Amino acid sequence: MKASEALGYDDLPALVGRLTGDERHESSSSSTLDVLWVLYDQVLNVSPDTADSPDRDRFLLSKGHGPMAYYSVLAAKGFIEPELLDGWARFDSPLGHEPDRVLVPGVEMSAGSLGHGLPLGVGTVLGLRAQERRQPRVVVLVGDGELDEGSNHEAIALAGRLGLEQLTAVVIDNSTATHGWPGGIDRRFAVEGWEALTVDGCDHTALRGALTAAHPNRPLAVVARIASNTAEGKQA
Amino acid sequence: MITSLDELDAAGRRFYPDMLFAFTDTVSQAMDADPRVAVVLADISTPEFGAAAARHPDRVVNVGIREQLMIGTACGIALTGLRPVVHTIASFLTQRPYEQIKLLGHQGAAVVLVGYGASYDITEQGRTHFAPEDVALFGTLPGWTIHVPGHPDEAQRLLLDALRTDERVYVRLSARANADAHPTGGFQVLRQGRKGTVLTVGPTLDAVLRATAELDVTVLYASTVRPFDEVSLRTAVLAADHPDVVLVEPYLVGTSTHHVNRTLVHVPHRLLELGVGRDAELHAYGTPEDHDRAHGLDGKSIAAAVRRFLR
Repeated sequence: MKASEALGYDDLPALVGRLTGDERHESSSSSTLDVLWVLYDQVLNVSPDTADSPDRDRFLLSKGHGPMAYYSVLAAKGFIEPELLDGWARFDSPLGHEPDRVLVPGVEMSAGSLGHGLPLGVGTVLGLRAQERRQPRVVVLVGDGELDEGSNHEAIALAGRLGLEQLTAVVIDNSTATHGWPGGIDRRFAVEGWEALTVDGCDHTALRGALTAAHPNRPLAVVARIASNTAEGKQA
Repeated sequence: MITSLDELDAAGRRFYPDMLFAFTDTVSQAMDADPRVAVVLADISTPEFGAAAARHPDRVVNVGIREQLMIGTACGIALTGLRPVVHTIASFLTQRPYEQIKLLGHQGAAVVLVGYGASYDITEQGRTHFAPEDVALFGTLPGWTIHVPGHPDEAQRLLLDALRTDERVYVRLSARANADAHPTGGFQVLRQGRKGTVLTVGPTLDAVLRATAELDVTVLYASTVRPFDEVSLRTAVLAADHPDVVLVEPYLVGTSTHHVNRTLVHVPHRLLELGVGRDAELHAYGTPEDHDRAHGLDGKSIAAAVRRFLR
């Protein structure tokens, strides 16, 4: 299988299976697979040819662990060769259990420690704005458990107050935060001045609608609800 | 109109009463000259950057009292190709967000961190405002350049050097300064002698010059400690009668000892380390001079220690 634009959603389970060693692909229904597919297939303005363009959209996977879905989508969209998936996490593989932006074309953020993506996203938008680049979007994917880290809340407050319209947070909510978010995750963004929407994290039409919703002069938060019995149900 | 950092550097010096003024004015001018320069603040020194913010509202960001976000924001800004300068009090700049600083390398991003307050300039606030650990912390991370200016003019030159590179740089500003500025770059030979070599860093210089005025020693002065100028130190040590080295640092004692030892790996040598003590948590206010005396960094204490050490 060669990297090709022709690979589609139905090819993802086979790609994920190369990472998990799960030939029946049962574990391919990860919490992030649908969101990632909709982002890269229908929302983000970035391709292997524009991966270094200053005007590309940026996607920051802040919740970096369990990146099988992410690598599979990058392979399906031609950012990396599918052959790379087979030897992942070996010493000489660029693909590890947490992505490294220095090693993988198209990866915008080195992840592993939680709570760093939203601050990076805020800075990326500010850097783009300072260069009069008002078109590129910066989309940061975080987990509901990851929101425990206080650094997220520093970023949520500032992004709302500065009205960073180019910033989008996607919160994968599979109810893993130990102490929970009473009243809802979306309200924590809304009260800080974000446009906040909650959708079914497996519904491609709903995800696309939320991720492309108009939100003038405010950042956008899309809370993607995932039923807790999925394979990655217990990952932050 | 000045349109580059090189032109700005060549345009000559203004008079700066202190390093903080040198920093805010130099970087404000640099923002006019170079559209890549951005400033990230956390509610400290915001009035000093007010004029620059009015001229360049998209390139001066005050994140509020949020130091983790300050570093993360600067990292994101750097990833878009700009050259962010990040500034607050040294303890809050270097220690509260230390993981964010470490992860700059993980992201392959480079910023200029400018800390103010050095080890204990803000003595009346007490221990929370002290940062004698800062240089040692940066020493654990590969690839950082560390400047410790001893004079406002040195601070200006080192800041312009930092802005012209794409390196990760920490600039350690202090309220304390020497009477005269000296050339920046490698270690400078300010005095030559036979009995040993004194390597003195940044604002400790004047006390060392007083302490060694009557002694036959070489005095080397460093305003940049990483990279560590091994060639100048080895040359000075080999030229003296005794390979005896005194290291005087205005931060944690012995912070650069491993560099001295690496420099002299083939030279059996003796080393006296002077700096901010590591053994006890000093709970005291007072003045920076009081703290110098407590740590043996005043001229009299340095003189006594060096006399005891030399052969």
